[in-house]
Amino acid sequence: MQVLDKKLMRDFGRLWAQSLAIALVLACGVMILVIAISVERSLSETQSTFYERNRFADIFASATRAPNDLKREIERISGVSIVETRITQFAILDLEGLDEPAVARLVSLPPMGEPLLNIPNLVSGRMPDPQFSNEVVVNESFAIANGFTAGDRFYATLNGQKRLLSITGTVLSPEFIYLIGPGAMMPDDRRFGVVWMGYDALASAFDLGGAFNDVSLRLTRDANSQMIIDELEKLLAPYGGTGPYDRSMQTSHMFLDSELAQLKAMGQSVPPLFFVITAFLVNMVLGRLITLEREQIGLFKAVGYSNAAISWHYVKLAIAIGLFGVIIGWVAGASASYWLAGYYTVYFHFPYLIYITSPNIYAISAMAGIGAAVIGATRSVLKTTRLSPAVAMAPPAPTRFKQNIFDKIGHMIGARQPFMMIIRSITRWPIRASLTAIGIALSVATMIATLFMFDSMDIMMDSAFFQANRQQVTLSLAQPKSHAVLADVENLPGVLRAEGMQTVAARLTNGHLSRVIGVEGRIPGMDLSRVLDASNDSVVLPEKGIILSERLAKRLDAQVGNILDLEVLQGQRGHFDVPVTGVIEQYFGTGAYMDLEYLSALLQQQPMVNSVNISIDENALGGLYEQVKAAPNIGGIVRWDQIRQGFTDTIAESASITTTVYAFIASLIVVGVVYNSARILLSERARELASLRILGFTQGEVSFILMGELLFLTVVAIPIGFVIGYFLAYAIVESFSSDLFSLPFYISRGTYAFAGIVTFTASMASALLVRGRVNRLDLVSVMKTRE
Amino acid sequence: MGNPVFHTDSITKIYDTGEVKVFALRGVDLDIYAGEMTVLLGPSGSGKSTLLNILGGLDSATEGAAYFKDMNLTAMTERQLTAYRRDHVGFVFQFYNLVPSLTARENVALVTEVSSNPMRPEEALAMVGLEERINHFPAELSGGEQQRVAIARAIAKRPEVLLCDEPTGALDSKTGVRVLESLAQINNELGTSTVVITHNAAIQNMAHRVIFFADGQISEVKVNESRLLPHQIEW
Repeated sequence: MQVLDKKLMRDFGRLWAQSLAIALVLACGVMILVIAISVERSLSETQSTFYERNRFADIFASATRAPNDLKREIERISGVSIVETRITQFAILDLEGLDEPAVARLVSLPPMGEPLLNIPNLVSGRMPDPQFSNEVVVNESFAIANGFTAGDRFYATLNGQKRLLSITGTVLSPEFIYLIGPGAMMPDDRRFGVVWMGYDALASAFDLGGAFNDVSLRLTRDANSQMIIDELEKLLAPYGGTGPYDRSMQTSHMFLDSELAQLKAMGQSVPPLFFVITAFLVNMVLGRLITLEREQIGLFKAVGYSNAAISWHYVKLAIAIGLFGVIIGWVAGASASYWLAGYYTVYFHFPYLIYITSPNIYAISAMAGIGAAVIGATRSVLKTTRLSPAVAMAPPAPTRFKQNIFDKIGHMIGARQPFMMIIRSITRWPIRASLTAIGIALSVATMIATLFMFDSMDIMMDSAFFQANRQQVTLSLAQPKSHAVLADVENLPGVLRAEGMQTVAARLTNGHLSRVIGVEGRIPGMDLSRVLDASNDSVVLPEKGIILSERLAKRLDAQVGNILDLEVLQGQRGHFDVPVTGVIEQYFGTGAYMDLEYLSALLQQQPMVNSVNISIDENALGGLYEQVKAAPNIGGIVRWDQIRQGFTDTIAESASITTTVYAFIASLIVVGVVYNSARILLSERARELASLRILGFTQGEVSFILMGELLFLTVVAIPIGFVIGYFLAYAIVESFSSDLFSLPFYISRGTYAFAGIVTFTASMASALLVRGRVNRLDLVSVMKTRE
Repeated sequence: MGNPVFHTDSITKIYDTGEVKVFALRGVDLDIYAGEMTVLLGPSGSGKSTLLNILGGLDSATEGAAYFKDMNLTAMTERQLTAYRRDHVGFVFQFYNLVPSLTARENVALVTEVSSNPMRPEEALAMVGLEERINHFPAELSGGEQQRVAIARAIAKRPEVLLCDEPTGALDSKTGVRVLESLAQINNELGTSTVVITHNAAIQNMAHRVIFFADGQISEVKVNESRLLPHQIEW
């Protein structure tokens, strides 16, 4: 080993604490990169393999009742390779041990053989025998949540008839990777499941013999899906078709894709922050080391080492620090991503995990990590090449200070000399001080930009669950009914109030832009479920016209005063011109609202309702459940208090984990920045501080000079971090806005306070780590040595 | 001669590196009197710096005791020693040890701000002839000027003793003499007991007493019947 390399090893050993502080910051970046890319690729691969093996459809559509013969016509559409027709319905279930009714989506299995598309993957037991109309399979998570195994039975109300169904097995389906019940906002495996059963059993129960109400298509490779959607829509229109859609609008696929997109975005946007901070820290530490070793560098040059050899020596030190961080990041990233991919596999109900960990990810992260360290080293290393040997071997000229405006202020307020030393140090090296402050500010901003989401969700939850939807229960009716049904519901035991509304599947078109949505027809003055704007004010529905949520208005490029084409896709279909009379800001969904009277007038029918919101005496819920389980015409039930509870629990759980993780990561940044700054300040000032100790300054007073600067920078940086965090959070809110929801932009004082306190504490703790060294300053040697 | 400000009772200092024991001081008995200017002379490693460090409360003795008036320095805690240095001792270093980010006046103020009965920084700087340069930073002063700032800083709190470790060691003869003049002036005007360590034998002629060190012991004590003025000294 060459002598310079021995020096390198010893330098690295001596700087271990500072190197570790940098390496941990870098490791965070590498780890997040490895996790985000590995997990995203693994899940994407698992998703596409599962889709491929189990023939997940490309196009989906539903109708009221289409004859089976129509299948052949659909098959004739150019570009269609496989057509699967089915019956799907919702049913109320009566499960043992569950007071309230559960809801199931019933899906028919072909009378012979296995389905051609969306093939369920058998996890346990066997598929139902078509000969036995009571045999079913259920989705695995529903079975697990309810403790079902093959052979267990439960009651289901199929079109008014209560039937005892027998479970033969459990399955996973590419169609229901992310499973969410109608009207629900979170998965609830206990109360919502998918039940597959024979076609004949379902057809006879729902009077759909020789017909289907659901179709899915698989396309050829080069098919034009929009053209096929148009063709299919024409074919289904006479049979109550509600508008075909492709995978991008399929609920499960949509949720999964948005999750994967978020992972990918995280992998691209978060690690660079850590790499930048790493570069800054390496620059700082190496810069100081080179200043300290100035005379040695002069000596190396004097005895004949080239500039290149000396530069390479210091670059190698940066590489060593980088490699240290990369290895920690790799180990943490590899184990965390394997664990996380497994977690997602279960969460999303994949039957298996295809874990992809390509060497590329590791190579890229290593290059990025070590590259950041080397870039950080460049400035200091270039400084060595400019030193002439003679100059380098002489002691450096004392640092020059100048009086400035701050001195005048300091004198005016009668500041003491230790304070003046702090002010002069900051104004003498403003770039270094700013970078330190920015590093600290970024830590604050990181926390705010992640933790504010819980504030936003609080607002969203309050708006959705406590302001807009105040009902305890929503019943959805299997068929639209006249207003008279409300009186029937009000007569149910314990019901205090019942309000009905009708949701109609429709396509809204403005020029060349169109959107298929459910238009809500509401009775003015509804008190339980209200249409609210972003300020939680109740929106008055116009007698004529439609109110759009802002998100939908944007998609349609529609403004108040525009006339939209409303194409009703169910019942008596037809086109109607509807003026936009209002656009309201909302957090969830792409809602469109009309006065029910006006909607009914357009449809030339009596006002009908297909869902009923109820407020009820809590004690009477049991009675209501019994009635609902037996009622023939109820297709589903949503318990709002359970949704609220589920949402609150889920948020609370993920909030505590997320808060801990980000507080830890942000603290690492602070420790990396402040610990290194403190070590460097101490190294620069050791002699000065030891002199002060000799002059009779106490350890506390001397520490104040050292820590005061960092304290000052921390205090200045925290509000800067608030501002950066504010804008980062704003950018995140903007980028999160999707068809599903948008986040309200709100950062609570608690979030600011938390970010500030964590950063302040981490900063002072790192400075205190260095204080021990102040106490051990060698006073005697200072008497004799020149720096 | 006045009363002793320092009294040592067979002080021994052993540096134990594990393998070898180095005797820096071997039972030194010494009194230093109030108002006296004492020069400690001797080659490197003779123990004079070790003694100064112990008297200044920077180092501890292995055996024996050192007293400042009736305070036993060898029995004091770190905190008590800090207070002792703060209240009673002025230090002058070979390399000045000024704070580069503070002006001359501020370097002095650094000490006066934490003292109970200091002179004004301007006054202290005037005593060493630097009243014109009070707003200069160390980098703007010559070596001799920096050392005089250091002396002003050391005496501004009116210490009872001034301990100087090679105060002219980094200076040429002409600027060194100017520094010695300041030391002599302080000693005369304020009556501060002053202990100067030096390699420079010429300086001994301005002292009341010269104490020669060799091999960790006092080899000779010489009382100067007549003292030279600093400007009469040359090297």
